[in-house]
Amino acid sequence: MSHPAIPRRAMLAGLGLSGLGLAAALPAWAAGTIKLPLPGGPDLRDLTTAFPGKGPMILQRTRPPLLETPFEVFDQGVFTPNDRFYVRWHWASIPTEVDANAYRLTVRGHVDRELSLSLDELARLPRFEIAAVNQCSGNSRGLFEPRVPGAQWANGSMGNARWTGVRLKDVLDRAGVKAGAVQVRFSGLDEPVVDEAPDFKKSLDLDHARDGEVMLAYAMNGEQLPLLNGFPLRLVVPGWYSTYWVKMLSDIEVLDKPDDQYWMKTAYRIPDVPGANIKPGQTGFKTVPINRMVPRSFVTNLRDGAQATAGSPVAVRGIAFGGDCGVRTVEISADGGATWSLGKLGADEGPYSFRRFEGDLPALAAGTHAIKVRCTNTNGLAQPMERVWNGAGFMQNGVETVSLHVA
Amino acid sequence: MVTSRTAFLLAALALASAPTFAAEAAEPMRFTSQQVELPTSDRFFPEGPGAEAANNNCLACHSAGMVLTQPKLSKAQWSETVNKMVHVYKAPMDEADVNAIVDYLAAMKPQP
Repeated sequence: MSHPAIPRRAMLAGLGLSGLGLAAALPAWAAGTIKLPLPGGPDLRDLTTAFPGKGPMILQRTRPPLLETPFEVFDQGVFTPNDRFYVRWHWASIPTEVDANAYRLTVRGHVDRELSLSLDELARLPRFEIAAVNQCSGNSRGLFEPRVPGAQWANGSMGNARWTGVRLKDVLDRAGVKAGAVQVRFSGLDEPVVDEAPDFKKSLDLDHARDGEVMLAYAMNGEQLPLLNGFPLRLVVPGWYSTYWVKMLSDIEVLDKPDDQYWMKTAYRIPDVPGANIKPGQTGFKTVPINRMVPRSFVTNLRDGAQATAGSPVAVRGIAFGGDCGVRTVEISADGGATWSLGKLGADEGPYSFRRFEGDLPALAAGTHAIKVRCTNTNGLAQPMERVWNGAGFMQNGVETVSLHVA
Repeated sequence: MVTSRTAFLLAALALASAPTFAAEAAEPMRFTSQQVELPTSDRFFPEGPGAEAANNNCLACHSAGMVLTQPKLSKAQWSETVNKMVHVYKAPMDEADVNAIVDYLAAMKPQP
């Protein structure tokens, strides 16, 4: 792939300035539109089927792609199909061709032996598999109030897959980490359009990188990864936000001092307070790199504003995840959180997976009822009743509410 | 560590209980090279003072969709974003264009 420095004149010419008048028209490839529950709007998005390896997705941005999973997909099971799994890229120079034979993963830096591993070599290492939720740091950002700038996701920049590959620890052990190493930095094949812009790289502390769970995945849900989800190799960091799950992973660098480049030192920082939750306008807090996920739960079979019949029980079904550990309980309330009943948990696919829950609401009287669900994880951390707020729109995990109209 | 051992056991159980995968596990994964075409966007910034500067500068690195679907943001918020594009993401922009784009975006009335 070539990476021309700034091809804007050529590109504009190629697109044809005569297209200016068509800006508002529905693109030919759009598969309809969808309204997202974004307070104050704009809330209309195209549904697109134009992206390789993807079924209908919510188009948040074409280039570089931001594709959101339509929420009804989460009602279909705890594993998100690869062709509906959300997509998020930082830079627009994404290789559109990846040769599986030529691909090499480099391991270098503070190691005894530099490695250059082919996919076949990786596939011969001991296999490791784990079910884990991949969630964008900014999932639900569009639902923040007051609103904040950034990708205006509803709740669909998350997904759960069974990841297959090799433990990062096994790869690092082959390279031989030298004494004095402190962090491990990861980078993929994508590049900024402007050469001088900071290439996307993320780092983990060495102990975390070697914990036996952080892995390099060459398959998701039993198949090789869609290119847009990071083919052929993606870092998987169970329990941590997706910003660390570097796609098209090509370079692993063992560092002997903490990573101070932009994507760790400046971007993806959260207020160092519980739940990253502050008041709008609040200042004077320290920040730290975003890290472990927090518990969440969602009703998947009832949309906000759903109708039900008075005097009949209403079945509620949904998904929950504990964040950085398993789900202990999911509670369901039909009265805005005054009283709660325990949901019944579905099959346990491991501590980092989505987990199904279900329950029956009591027969309700006519009127509007606020249905709430609340997950408590196995560390005892419960979702907060109030919505989380911070200026970057990260780590939302407030209790979700669905209003149900009973008549 | 208890958690990692549990996770490994769960993974092993998953392997044992999924016949299709168990069969696959016998031999290493095989990979198929990928070649795709990514769609392009023909969306431009709607006409208005500064639209030309926005079209000439912003679209080199990203399409317009995400910009046009931002909530109503203040001039200070747009200034911060545009200046991040220049100073951190190194977009080569004239100072006049920076100001024109900030004004354009701040005046934008987000449509549904």
